Amino acid sequence: MKAGSNLEKILTSGKFAVTGELGPPKGADVSVIERKANLLKGNVDAVNVTDNQTAIVRMSSIAVGAILQRMGIEATMQMVCRDRNRIAMQSDIFGAYALGLRNILCLSGDHQKFGNQPTAKNVFDLDSIQLIQTVKLMRDEHKVLGGDEIEGAPAMFIGAAENPFADPFEYRVIRLAKKVAAGVDFIQTQCIYDMAKFERFMQMARDRGLHEKIHILAGVTPLKSVGMARYMKEKVAGMDVPEEIIARMKSAGKEKAREEGLNICVEQIQRLRQIEGVHGIHLMAIEWEDAVHGIVERAGLLPRPQV
Amino acid sequence: MIIAEGKPIKEILAMIDDYDKIIVAGCKGCVTVCSAGGQKEVEILSSALRLARKAQGKALDIKEVTLERQCDTEYLEPMREYADQYQAILSLACGAGIQFVAEKFRKQPVLPGVNTQFIGVTEEQGVWTERCQSCGNCLLHQTGGICPVTRCSKSLFNGPCGGSKAGKCEIDPQIDCGWQLIYERLKELGLLAKLEVVLPIKDWSTSRDGGPRKRIREDLKI
Repeated sequence: MKAGSNLEKILTSGKFAVTGELGPPKGADVSVIERKANLLKGNVDAVNVTDNQTAIVRMSSIAVGAILQRMGIEATMQMVCRDRNRIAMQSDIFGAYALGLRNILCLSGDHQKFGNQPTAKNVFDLDSIQLIQTVKLMRDEHKVLGGDEIEGAPAMFIGAAENPFADPFEYRVIRLAKKVAAGVDFIQTQCIYDMAKFERFMQMARDRGLHEKIHILAGVTPLKSVGMARYMKEKVAGMDVPEEIIARMKSAGKEKAREEGLNICVEQIQRLRQIEGVHGIHLMAIEWEDAVHGIVERAGLLPRPQV
Repeated sequence: MIIAEGKPIKEILAMIDDYDKIIVAGCKGCVTVCSAGGQKEVEILSSALRLARKAQGKALDIKEVTLERQCDTEYLEPMREYADQYQAILSLACGAGIQFVAEKFRKQPVLPGVNTQFIGVTEEQGVWTERCQSCGNCLLHQTGGICPVTRCSKSLFNGPCGGSKAGKCEIDPQIDCGWQLIYERLKELGLLAKLEVVLPIKDWSTSRDGGPRKRIREDLKI
């Protein structure tokens, strides 16, 4: 065991993992977190806490992660390279570990242009792959960057994201291999709608033997409406939504759209489970946390294993 | 070269509001090439300022001059002959030139007439684009001659990120994804294997982060 987190135990014991996601509030209201967290509790093995996603100012991912841990829910803190230099990042990793966090997801971070602080200065002192190396250095060699010994290593289970649908497609697996070489333990992918393309990506990952070195969790997001499907396709960078999915959402009509979105999501999970090298799913029910229980149950993934 | 663009005339008028005798000083270096602060721009700006001030009913005496360069002491010297007769110097040189004038001419305020933007190239007539962030530690040999610090919106060393789509950057469909360019170039050169290597964490101390930079060539000093 590298970190001994619940997520690590589930994955290393060969069980199919389910992770969820929680977006912190745009303010200091803890009740928002508690409400969302209670909807996720028991349905997932760990909950990703986003780090000022889309560059909108929200409560700190570490603070929210610590609140979740107190509630008995395992958190995966997301950390982006956009807002902090290597001093602040390493310091925050110590602090997060001290507060009980055991999983970290290393990300580049959405550009500040997308958020509510578009005139901010960005940092990107490290990139996501270098952040993976840094956390590994701290955990395994008990050192900070530059080589100083540390007092108490933060034993983190190290994750990263991968978007199989960004371009250039042929390069995505090379980049995944770089993350593996940097020392990542698990990967959560961008939401998958184009199953055929994802299967090609996984074939390429298997050809390199990457599926045996790390745990890949496939990202899924239930669609609420045909509008959301179109928005994802057209506006969200690096997202592929096949016409077939859009057509299904459209023919469901307004009243049955959510139901159809859930059906599609459950079918996707069942198909993803069949793919060699997929060790779990990362369920991102954006502002739709009350759908999580039903999806996981219908996918036959409840109760969550106790390890 | 250094690329700049003229400041809006309203902003300049506000800067010179308290003065009725100013020098408008152009530069024959980079800002001439990028049509921001050469002799032509000195003339156009001076005429516009005179007209605007006339409309305000306030006189404005402008001395128009375009120096060889504003980043070299010797080319600034000729301005000494008349500088003291003017209340302010509006420099159309890059930020370095403006500051050097301010260092050498202590009796009057030196004002910026341009916004200095970047180190770039003339991509086509009237189009300039950024190429270098002067980080002080060039790695172009590793990235197919395309700079990730400059061309990637996030300055990633191991890109492209998940926001690269059809060769464009997520922040603007008009902006090429720097890492897509690097990928294509290395592919063209048969050097894709370079992209398998994790580029190490950068030493930013050679960049501005190490404080204001200085270069000394002892052998050239007099």
